[in-house]
Amino acid sequence: MIAAMLSLAFLAQVVRITIPYAMAALGGSLTERSGVVDLALEAKLLVGAFTAAVVAHATGSVALGIAGGAAGGAAVAALQAACVLRLGADQVVVGVALNLAAVGLTRYLLEVLYGSSANSPPVPGVGGAVAANPILWIAAAAAIAVPVAVSRTRFGLRLRAAGDRPEALAAAGVSVERVRLLALLAGGAIAGIGGAQLSLAVSGFSADMSSGRGYIALAAVILGGWRPARAALACLGFGLAEAIVIQLQLHAGGFPRELAQLLPYGLTLAVLALAMARSRPPAALGKAAE
Amino acid sequence: MTRAAVRREAATAAIALLVAVAAGSLLMICARRSPVEVWGAMLGRTLGDPYAVGQVLFKATPLVFTGLAVSLALRAGLFNIGGEGQMVAGSLACAVVGAALPAATPAPLAIPLCLLAAAGAGGLLGAATGALRAYRGAHEVIVAIMLNAIVAGVALWLGNAGLFVGESTHTAPIVAGAQLPALGIAGSAVNASALVAVAVAAGVWWLGERTRVGLDWRIVGASPAAAENAGLPVARAVVAAMATSGALAGLAAANFVQGYKHVYEAGVGRGAGFLGVAVALLGGAHPAGVVAAALLLGFLSHAGLVVADLVPKDLVDVLQAVIVLAVAATAPAVRRFMRAEARP
Repeated sequence: MIAAMLSLAFLAQVVRITIPYAMAALGGSLTERSGVVDLALEAKLLVGAFTAAVVAHATGSVALGIAGGAAGGAAVAALQAACVLRLGADQVVVGVALNLAAVGLTRYLLEVLYGSSANSPPVPGVGGAVAANPILWIAAAAAIAVPVAVSRTRFGLRLRAAGDRPEALAAAGVSVERVRLLALLAGGAIAGIGGAQLSLAVSGFSADMSSGRGYIALAAVILGGWRPARAALACLGFGLAEAIVIQLQLHAGGFPRELAQLLPYGLTLAVLALAMARSRPPAALGKAAE
Repeated sequence: MTRAAVRREAATAAIALLVAVAAGSLLMICARRSPVEVWGAMLGRTLGDPYAVGQVLFKATPLVFTGLAVSLALRAGLFNIGGEGQMVAGSLACAVVGAALPAATPAPLAIPLCLLAAAGAGGLLGAATGALRAYRGAHEVIVAIMLNAIVAGVALWLGNAGLFVGESTHTAPIVAGAQLPALGIAGSAVNASALVAVAVAAGVWWLGERTRVGLDWRIVGASPAAAENAGLPVARAVVAAMATSGALAGLAAANFVQGYKHVYEAGVGRGAGFLGVAVALLGGAHPAGVVAAALLLGFLSHAGLVVADLVPKDLVDVLQAVIVLAVAATAPAVRRFMRAEARP
């Protein structure tokens, strides 16, 4: 088993599992740093996975499928922005509602488009060699670009101000709502590409395929202290843990299967119980801008 | 609740329902169906049939419990999305206790014992969620979602490890004394747990409006800082409110386990926990509103089934989410509008 874990195939598996988590966490840290709670990450992953599969199926192009995933994630973010930024709706309730809507809507459209509420037809995918997966390179670029953008650019400065001291940003003549809208759309597109990895890696969409990853990614954002690089690193930890579980199930038959699958959720709980005590959220997180 | 607050909640609910009807019509058109035809069939095939009306009441019953659970937590400023896991834990506990009782246990003893087991299991989960929030600062929504997944997995493990009968996916039947009788509406599944639900709704109203504990929870919900200043034990109130909320969600077990299936079955009542969010928001987090909203969403659940030949049944899931979204999105605007109207 140790030998199996040191193989390249194992590393490739870790990377494959980590990509959706990391992209959702990078997108989520943009949104949350701007002061908007991003429970809708789950919806962005699921809708991104769905639109990526639909576009890849319709066009036969993986690249367009990835773009479709980004658009799907951004579309969820746009709806979220309309509700929380424009109408001042409760951010937590909106996030939960969008997640529920995403599950129902993707099933409904799956049935309307392909006549099955469980699976899409096979679509062109990014499976096979990990290094040949364009989403891996997009994720690597995002893991560098997002932290740099947040900490070293003018937009990043405004983003952090929108999350920590929105009244100061408004006093400087910058629209808080506009900054948060941009953060939401960019974060949604990034999470949507993470969703594209879910469906394109297995060459098809299946209902509920995000299975809580958005919430786990949000826990990674919290564990990373709302710093995108650390959040992505935390996701690598989740990816590693999940890959180990898969190996354990393959090589050591004794442990109950039902319980082994719960590891990501249990790990997330443990992280939440231990992490919050020492990390500080953006000061205006969850508060509507006046 | 004041008169103005009632008007405000009613206006919000009405707008949310209009938005849901519009969104639903759009989705029906996507499926190349006439909205008039589908809505008409939903109403006609459900309200015109006594059996269907009974089924609506049967589906509304667990929603009263989960809706009350979400409402009670909302009043205390908490969001309990763990109803799904709390209900599963409650159902399993209810079935295990009900099956373990001696066969001759009389109903006045067996029924409360099973209800207690259901409420206890749900309450423990709620208390754990509340404690992680109160003492560790963990986000109660993420915690609850993780607990939902963990409870589902553990329930399956316990079932496969010995609680399920033979190769089946259900437990042994509960004793006769623990069963709640059907109400006998055209052979539908609605049972005496519907009456328990109404009684519990009245109890929740009393707890919230007429007791010191209810007042304390409302103060904590309105402003934790003010509550802290007033010397209220905020952390303890958070844990207690979440525990009570979890116990209410656990009681949803009464409908399926005691009133209908008489066993715990994997996947039983799935979705009722999440639906509690829609029920609570649509009902303005008030017990009477919750009962009304549960009836409406129970109708929608059943109506989705009777028109499954016209549109995919997942339509109803989308509509429920749209209702939650629409209530959340219109509530602030309605509040602003009514405040402006109240000024001279």
